[in-house]
Amino acid sequence: MTDEVRVYVEEAPSQRREVVAPTDMALSLMEVLKASGYDIQATCGGMALCGTCHVEVLAGPALDEPSDDELAMLESLPVMTQGSRLSCQIRITNRLDGLVVRLMPQGT
Amino acid sequence: MTNSISTDICIIGAGPVGLFAVFEAGLLKLRCHVVDALPQVGGQLSEIYPKKPIYDIPGFPDILAGDLVQNLMRQIEPFHPTFTLGERVERLAKLEDGSFQLFTTDGTEIFCKAIAIAGGLGSFEPRKPAVESLESYEGGRGVYYMVRDPETFRDKRIVIAGGGDSALDWTIFLADVAKEVTLVHRGTTFRGAADSAEKVQNLHEAGRARLVLSSNVTHVHGQDSLEAVTITANDGTAETLHVDAFIPLFGLTPKLGPIGEWGLELEDDAVKVNTLDYSTSVPGIFAIGDINTYPGKLKLILCGFHEAALMAQGAYKYMFPDKRYVLKYTTVNGVPTL
Ligand SMILES: Cc1cc2nc3c(=O)[nH]c(=O)nc-3n(C[C@H](O)[C@H](O)[C@H](O)COP(=O)(O)OP(=O)(O)OC[C@H]3O[C@@H](n4cnc5c(N)ncnc54)[C@H](O)[C@@H]3O)c2cc1C
Ligand code: FES
Repeated sequence: MTDEVRVYVEEAPSQRREVVAPTDMALSLMEVLKASGYDIQATCGGMALCGTCHVEVLAGPALDEPSDDELAMLESLPVMTQGSRLSCQIRITNRLDGLVVRLMPQGT
Repeated sequence: MTNSISTDICIIGAGPVGLFAVFEAGLLKLRCHVVDALPQVGGQLSEIYPKKPIYDIPGFPDILAGDLVQNLMRQIEPFHPTFTLGERVERLAKLEDGSFQLFTTDGTEIFCKAIAIAGGLGSFEPRKPAVESLESYEGGRGVYYMVRDPETFRDKRIVIAGGGDSALDWTIFLADVAKEVTLVHRGTTFRGAADSAEKVQNLHEAGRARLVLSSNVTHVHGQDSLEAVTITANDGTAETLHVDAFIPLFGLTPKLGPIGEWGLELEDDAVKVNTLDYSTSVPGIFAIGDINTYPGKLKLILCGFHEAALMAQGAYKYMFPDKRYVLKYTTVNGVPTL
């Protein structure tokens, strides 16, 4: 069993960057994306309260259902798609391997 | 009509740090005027997490963010600070005698002897939906991103868009004020406050507000001012509604904004300060709280409070270079009034 997973960030259509994330540090996807140099404000530090860590899941393994708090935040944003998630609410676990996400603009 | 105010220290930002700065300045008998882009005081505490408990305020094992803001307002009351809320400070000018003049988006001008920037992560700006030419109806021509004065909408036909608490709350409030209220929500349910959602549903059934679900406002129309909006349902059907105002409420997010253009030395979107007195690279302008940076900076309320105390001393020295100040405990004479 490895203690790393690979997630992919779609930076432009058909351009994906691989991000390797440790699974044994109880990190969220938001923290991993921030540490990988992506410009995410994460004003609320991961409490599902600011919406600035909004991503769209494009492909990959099925994730746990979002909590009511997460959905409430997503529904208050101007744009929400089928794959919309708050990356701070996604825990990095082995099951995440192969996930593909796209960052949503912070103003939306 | 310009509104002109004159004070000792103008504090930009009514977050916890800006509010407490009024207290520290007041102990030195300095008067303060506080400006914030938001219609309410409290900064991040009021806008993002009013109902969350904070555990690291000295002397309070736990306190709700909203309560901390209320306490700060009570604490600074003896100093009679004045406020300009709902206006962003846009520009500042240093005058020949070393004092300053500030200008807000709405034409208010403030003359002051020193400035304390307590702008946090920047001024809270609305998230705007991607609707073509929405901008051309801003500035009082029919598109509003926050409700500053509900009277603006008296007897008007309005459309509110959004699925969060503020969209629900303003629908309920404005149902009594406006002539017609329509709430447009992209989803089918509201997950925010359950009782607000129920109230809106009741208003809808009573014919006092209209609720349009699974839909978005997709177009705005009008000549000089807004005249109509198009509401498109997720299944593609569209209707055009004659309205006087469109209020998209999709939350606010802080942006550094104009502070970045005032010629202050910056580092990573924060204002560099000297930790001796939290002065910036421009004499007479100080920066405290989340907006500043220095080696070892922590973005905590606690640290901002400390910075406010030293800033007040620095501002006093800037205004009265010849006077000597002697520290007095508040326990000796109580809190002076201004
Ligand atoms: C979810 C969450 C939880 C937190 N938990 C804690 C905690 O437990 N303990 C802790 O110590 N800290 C916590 N923080 C951090 C704390 O909230 C900030 O450190 C604090 O709010 C900073 O206060 P401030 O007064 O410097 O700025 P802010 O609270 O950001 O207020 C700045 C104000 O300035 C206004 N402004 C900016 N520019 C302009 C302009 N040009 N014109 C007019 N107005 C302007 C803004 O609109 C804003 O209202 C938390 C933050 C969040 C988001
Ligand atoms: S970091 Fe604020 S919602 Fe995710």
